[in-house]
Amino acid sequence: MSGFKLGGMTLGSVFKKPETTLYPFEQKVAPKGLRGHVAISPETCILCGICQKSCPCGAITVDKKARTWEIRRFSCVQCGACVRSCPKACLSMETAYTKPATGKSSHVVEVPDTKER
Amino acid sequence: MGKATVIPFGPQHPVLPEPLHLDLVVQDEKVVEAIPQIGFVHRGLEKLVETRDYNQFLYVCERICGICAAGHSIGYAETIERLMGVEVPKRAEYLRVIWHELSRVHSHLLWLGLAADAFGFESLFMHAWRLRERVLDIFEKTTGGRVILSVVKVGGVHRDIDDSQMKEIIYVLDGIMDDYRKIMNTLLTDYSVKNRTVGVGTLSHEEALALSMVGPFARASNVNYDVRSLGNGAYGDLSDFQPILDAQGDCYARVKVRCLEVLQSIEIIKELAAKMPAGDISVTVKGSPAEGAEVCNVLEQPRGECYYYARGNGSKNLERMRIRTPTSQNIAGMVSALKGCDLADVNMVILTIDPCISCTER
Ligand code: SF4
Ligand code: SF4
Repeated sequence: MSGFKLGGMTLGSVFKKPETTLYPFEQKVAPKGLRGHVAISPETCILCGICQKSCPCGAITVDKKARTWEIRRFSCVQCGACVRSCPKACLSMETAYTKPATGKSSHVVEVPDTKER
Repeated sequence: MGKATVIPFGPQHPVLPEPLHLDLVVQDEKVVEAIPQIGFVHRGLEKLVETRDYNQFLYVCERICGICAAGHSIGYAETIERLMGVEVPKRAEYLRVIWHELSRVHSHLLWLGLAADAFGFESLFMHAWRLRERVLDIFEKTTGGRVILSVVKVGGVHRDIDDSQMKEIIYVLDGIMDDYRKIMNTLLTDYSVKNRTVGVGTLSHEEALALSMVGPFARASNVNYDVRSLGNGAYGDLSDFQPILDAQGDCYARVKVRCLEVLQSIEIIKELAAKMPAGDISVTVKGSPAEGAEVCNVLEQPRGECYYYARGNGSKNLERMRIRTPTSQNIAGMVSALKGCDLADVNMVILTIDPCISCTER
């Protein structure tokens, strides 16, 4: 009997706009502030290492000597703690999700030495 | 009487996405005893508190369980705030409760879908999850995450909900409410659903009290206990809060209590949205919990009372963190409710208790 009771609603769905999107032809617009991935603008980074200390997963490594900032995307849980703690505001949370990958690679960013220039 | 046989249930079972193992001692298709076993997804999160500072541990705590993520982050943050004597702004308390109640709606809708699926009621499953998706979209827009919100911090919340967003939330919730009422009435009045749930897996009021059951499971056995009625945080500002109770204690009562709680949560959100005070959403928290300071806290998760205990040691790391989750309480009642039921009803009994194994094992 229940099939008939819900029948109106189920039948109505035939005429309504679908609830799902037809991925990949149609893509959902990411809302503002969606936590997709962490991005860095290396020009302003001072390699202070605060982001590394604040990360609960140890996903970031800052190497002062080699002047690199490294993030292991597969360890990052997109909590945003690093973004909020950076004193230079050079980290940001972008809305796009990272692409699927077959290996757990890490993303290394060279930080230019602004004093030398 | 036939010979007793042991039938293993789980840890992989189509009815339950989580790894719970039961040894069912069965005699003539009747369960005479159920021996539970957990420990398949233990992650040792309570130990991790020694190597993560109290701000970082919030994100760990939030990941105890996906469905209860909002509740765990709020419960943990409240515990640390009490430990350090931090006063949270009123607006932050309201926002926390709104997100928490939304997570209750999404948790109960998820459960409703799973339960309907176990009945073989596919269309209701689809409709319940369709509605749940709208709640997840609200989370996505207001917090930046669909399941793990990461929006709570020690001392308040990270993000505000402005008036236009709040109006949109209420609009979406009204839409959900219309459809949900139809689904709920269908489920609760359906002949075959009643056939499978009424009088099945009964847990009496006395048993529920003796076994210290919590949450909708206990309330279905007429135990009048809901942490929300203690009035912590913004719950204290609700004009009237009455826990939803039922006296039958069977599977049907549990289904009914959970179904009605969704409507109650939506009402709570609407009331708080209308009363929302203006002001800051967080305060800065400096320093560390004092050595030897200890505190406990309770919070009503979708599955029942969750208990938090924390002890400081003067450093940024806590000395000890203990979380007693609702399902770890409810497993005793589940075993008791399973005794004497038919083998075919086992999955119905387990599902109506809504066990959350990742919470239990932390
Ligand atoms: S990203 Fe920010 S926090 Fe991290 S090292 Fe650079 S300046 Fe410091
Ligand atoms: S978003 Fe969180 S997990 Fe990811 S790198 Fe930043 S602090 Fe670490």
